[in-house]
Amino acid sequence: MSAVIEAHHDDHDHGPAKGITRWLYTTNHKDIGSMYLWFSFIMFLVGGLMALVIRAELFQPGLQFVEPAFFNQMTTNHGLIMVFGAIMPAFVGLANWMVPLMIGAPDMALPRMNNLSFWILPFAFTMLISTLFMESGGPNFGWTFYAPLSTTYAPDSVTYFIFAVHLAGASSIMGAINIIATILNMRAPGMTLMKMPMFVWTWLITAYLLIAVMPVLAGAVTMMLFDIHFGTSFFDASGGGDPVLFQHVFWFFGHPEVYIMILPAFGIVSHIISTFARKPLFGYDSMVYATASIAFLSFIVWAHHMFTVGMPLAGELFFMYATMLIAVPTGVKVFNWVSTMWRGSMTFETPMLFALAFIFLFTIGGFSGLMLAIAPADFQYHDTYFVVAHFHYVLVSGALFSIFGAVYFWLPKWTGYMYDEGLGKLHFWLSFIGVNVAFFPMHFSGLAGMPRRIPDYALQFADFNAWSTVGAFVFGLSQLLFLWILVQATRAGKKATTEVWEGSEGLEWTVPSPAPYHTFAEPPKVS
Amino acid sequence: MAESAGQTKGTVLRLALGGVGMFGFAFALVPLYDVICEVTGLNGKTGGRYEAAPAALKPDLSRDVQVRFVTNTNAAMPWHFGAKQGGMTVNPGGVNVAMFYAENPTDRPMVAQTIPSIAPGRAASYFHKTECFCFDQQVLMPGEKVEMPMRFIVDRDLPEGVVTISLSYTMFDITDQASGRYALEKALATKRAPVASAAGDTGAAGG
Repeated sequence: MSAVIEAHHDDHDHGPAKGITRWLYTTNHKDIGSMYLWFSFIMFLVGGLMALVIRAELFQPGLQFVEPAFFNQMTTNHGLIMVFGAIMPAFVGLANWMVPLMIGAPDMALPRMNNLSFWILPFAFTMLISTLFMESGGPNFGWTFYAPLSTTYAPDSVTYFIFAVHLAGASSIMGAINIIATILNMRAPGMTLMKMPMFVWTWLITAYLLIAVMPVLAGAVTMMLFDIHFGTSFFDASGGGDPVLFQHVFWFFGHPEVYIMILPAFGIVSHIISTFARKPLFGYDSMVYATASIAFLSFIVWAHHMFTVGMPLAGELFFMYATMLIAVPTGVKVFNWVSTMWRGSMTFETPMLFALAFIFLFTIGGFSGLMLAIAPADFQYHDTYFVVAHFHYVLVSGALFSIFGAVYFWLPKWTGYMYDEGLGKLHFWLSFIGVNVAFFPMHFSGLAGMPRRIPDYALQFADFNAWSTVGAFVFGLSQLLFLWILVQATRAGKKATTEVWEGSEGLEWTVPSPAPYHTFAEPPKVS
Repeated sequence: MAESAGQTKGTVLRLALGGVGMFGFAFALVPLYDVICEVTGLNGKTGGRYEAAPAALKPDLSRDVQVRFVTNTNAAMPWHFGAKQGGMTVNPGGVNVAMFYAENPTDRPMVAQTIPSIAPGRAASYFHKTECFCFDQQVLMPGEKVEMPMRFIVDRDLPEGVVTISLSYTMFDITDQASGRYALEKALATKRAPVASAAGDTGAAGG
């Protein structure tokens, strides 16, 4: 392989192809990573717009702006787009960019499949979003699309929704195969598994989760397709099926899915904290084992999303205990991040601010998760805004903040330019304040009994909702600042050094900034 | 480098097979849950065919079990459906008959499917129905009323702590589904004429 690349070098000194075909046909992990990241940012803004429609309607009691039917489409598509269109592709984009650099590989194992994995997504989401403009309306059954609401009672566009899920799922599965093949087979000599950077470890484990559960989601939506079009009764009681079966199959996918959305975040935070504390990550081995434990446990807790469905006591107890168990390895990770900072030499640039906020706010989300894990208590919390508060804390101030941190952290390596540190800090503080004002009151409105997925609510929830809307708009608008920061960096930013950050360690920081189109044509030696 | 390309291919193949396997696993969950529910009685499923050995059919007079009947129609189902008795006291091992009634108050032939469920779940596998209207689709012409028997045996091995068994029926309208259309065709072919006079060309055309 190296002989081929050497000969290729002379031809490639003209750099990447020019024009649109560069992006359509690229097999370069950096190009594909950038496309994933820009795609996810666009999806983030689209999903965010839907969130603002929701929050605008919920600002005051009464129905002011949208009909309930449209409101349901907003809640459904906000969830689908954020989960499948923003968070997941952003992490895949970060993986594409950073995993080959971190392990000293020239590219991903299957570069053409990499291209396919990306380009499926714009089609999938065009199909999904186009349903909002169809006569029957778009999906309106929640991002968890329980049957029979999503089969017998679904709008006609549900078939497009199913195909969009098939496409996005195929993209994720192929991406995951690519990542595992790359990590297992293309590490630089000397880089044993227990010497890999944490982001690579967390993505290796995440990729196994993806291969295990995305096909189960595909199975669930295929069963839906059969029920809708081919007269089967998987989820139809009158034909001998069971709606609860849908919940089991969906959440067997759904629970590992949310760990898919957080494990790469854990990896990112490990990198950022150790860099800005100028100290190696504390307890590397236990971090690896804790991540693997969390991944394994994620397969046996799914029914904690279904505590109120009528399970026998033994089932409720098992899932309660198993869910609470996950707090242990997660706690190990939090303690290790804090221990990494202990007696470190710390500075607080923007990436570090996001990583610190992650640790604090994700932990809060974890605590509300622990409360939800207690089955009898969950009977009170289930389908209220308490759940909404929990998952927004772990996904927004958790996963999304880690993505922001990662972008600030690695942007100088990708582009060769430093972002404006003052503006970055402003983006952080606006986001931090916005996120907390938006989601903390939801704990209270949930405990007070406000149900989920409603366009109008009883008067006693009004104040909490007003606060949430204000916070949501602050948070949403500050993402436009983020866009400005990114654009401004490439236009007028200071040039970045190879090392970029004083405490940076790892192969990715040994290549120039911006990283050349082709890197590690020769594998580096790792001690 | 050559062998790492081969290793890569091997990795990719195994992972792809894993993905395909998990897709199959999702579909396998359907019979898997069915089996688990039947074996454990979870979800109130009353299990498959029952063949009674003569010894099992001796009533255990030392023990009483209260059997209660609950009937529901699905929201979209306009039929009148009920149990003629609220419950009965039986002995395990004895054969009992409960009567139910159903009426189609609409002006078109309709087909119903009734789905049973037993509580508590651990009693489900000990409740045997030897004749039940829930085994078949029920066709009723407009205005037709029917009385339906249900023969059951509570197994002598019913766990000690179970004193009351509730049998809940939910009746669904399946006229427009494949099984309903087939049942209606069969019923009309055996020359069951529509009852209502003004029916005329409404239902008789065979759904």
